[in-house]
Amino acid sequence: MSAATDAAAPPKVRPFYWSVRRELWENRALWMAPLVVQAVVLLAFFVASFRLPDMVAAARTGQQLALPYSAAAAAAFFVSFIVVVFYALGALNGERRDRSLLFWKSLPVSDTTTVLAKAAIPLAVQPAIALVIAVASQVVMLVWGSFVMLVSGNDPSEYWRYLHLPLMWAMLPYGLVMNALWDVPFYGWLLLVSAWAKRATFVWAVGPWLAAMLFEFLVFRTRRVAELVGERVFGGFDRAYTVTGQENVAVTSLAQVDPMRFIGDPGFWGGLVVGAACLAACVWLRRRHEPL
Amino acid sequence: MAILTARNLRKRFGRNVALDGVNLTVEPGRIVGVIGPNGAGKSTAFNAILGLTPCDGELSVLGCNPWTERDRLMTQVCFIADVAVMPRWIRVREALDYVAGVHPRFDRAKAEAFLARTDIRRDSRVRELSKGMVTQLHLALVMAIDARLLVLDEPTLGLDLLYRKAFYDSLLGDYFDGERTILVSTHQVEEIQHILTDVVFLNHGRVVLDARMEDLEARYLEVMAAPDRLAEARGLGPIRERQVFGRSIFLFDGAPRERLATLGEVRAAGLADLFVALMGPATTEAA
Repeated sequence: MSAATDAAAPPKVRPFYWSVRRELWENRALWMAPLVVQAVVLLAFFVASFRLPDMVAAARTGQQLALPYSAAAAAAFFVSFIVVVFYALGALNGERRDRSLLFWKSLPVSDTTTVLAKAAIPLAVQPAIALVIAVASQVVMLVWGSFVMLVSGNDPSEYWRYLHLPLMWAMLPYGLVMNALWDVPFYGWLLLVSAWAKRATFVWAVGPWLAAMLFEFLVFRTRRVAELVGERVFGGFDRAYTVTGQENVAVTSLAQVDPMRFIGDPGFWGGLVVGAACLAACVWLRRRHEPL
Repeated sequence: MAILTARNLRKRFGRNVALDGVNLTVEPGRIVGVIGPNGAGKSTAFNAILGLTPCDGELSVLGCNPWTERDRLMTQVCFIADVAVMPRWIRVREALDYVAGVHPRFDRAKAEAFLARTDIRRDSRVRELSKGMVTQLHLALVMAIDARLLVLDEPTLGLDLLYRKAFYDSLLGDYFDGERTILVSTHQVEEIQHILTDVVFLNHGRVVLDARMEDLEARYLEVMAAPDRLAEARGLGPIRERQVFGRSIFLFDGAPRERLATLGEVRAAGLADLFVALMGPATTEAA
């Protein structure tokens, strides 16, 4: 090594950061799809906003008025869920298919860093994208709704008192974080299938579970596997947003939020262990991967 | 210290033996051509050297075990494996950002300077570039990395002659500095023979020939024998005889030049002819 390179400060390398950036470059649907759907939600809100002063005057519970705000959040979450499932199924499969694996492996980025960066998309990056898009959309609704109230000669605070935005803005990150942790084994499984299967990752991800459900039903006439899968895939938001002991009643105050429904449940911790095992298996497989 | 030492490398895929006891030592500052027919084990050997595949035997690259210390090795080694492995969706600008962001020995200014001599635009995606341009881009990235060992596996496959020539000219002119080491495999033997310092022939997973180019030129001689000396030439035990324009050309291994000069015109054997002679007729199509 020459004296010049010794003297120079070592260049900053951030393999994890750039590996995440690279995922977002390749998979633009991760942020474009929620944006497009959010535009539709906003358009519907604008079109319907001419009725807003009448609705505020007639409002009793405010449920109708808060609905677009919930719809904005639900749309952001749901679209994110769809795109991220397909992302996870392709994450460790696409690079083998297009042979770019050999390019990524020619650089000093470890398999562990790569797998963790790919796992960070469904578990951290996508929830953050969904949160930012949902809150931004809600802020636009709030500004536009207040503007409509003002120009129609009404008091915007009449509108605001029905919205409970502080509660919603506290609940959104809580639900996203808890749901992400709850979903660790789900995304771990999808990434593992994408690392293991040569093709038809969707079939391999879903097929074994469908087969198990069918087998169980035919033999025992029970639905335990189906319940388990449903709980692990969709149960996170339910646990975050419903009242403990009354699973069809939505949370309406922060006092009803119960983190023990996650951290007090052995299934929550078991899920994290299973998810971590899946990711470890992904690292093991990627180290041995060759182009398909 | 040797850049690379391999002792008795073995690797099999099911019943197919890819590496059958390969021994190899590469000293620093050499440009080694690894030449062999398809399926000879070149790519498997390279993959083992790069830590992409495990294998039996002893293997040390820059003092590392490539399979267990791949992450450390990759800061010192660069490779262009096969062709067209650049991701098709990536933009040129993104590729530069990414490599600069993950590689401690990448000199972005150098890559930009190389790209400035091409027609490649920064906001183009790889899928929009011609095959030759993609290779130029990959070479620009690799040449800007201060690596001690560069491994090239068929780097110019599918390129036309002009791009192939430009590729090797850049490699020699802009990259090779006498201290770095290059390991290259290709089917276009004649095009690279003038840049090599060493040559290794692989066949059926074994090293058939491992020699310095200057030794090769002294050892393997070709004679275009005069028509009346054919029987005499055959008597000296040529390893191959071929006909060109009705004249017989004999290839000798280790025959004294003065003796051969009495038979006709003597010259050093080309790599392609040597390849055919040593690999036998069954593999000639690969040369």
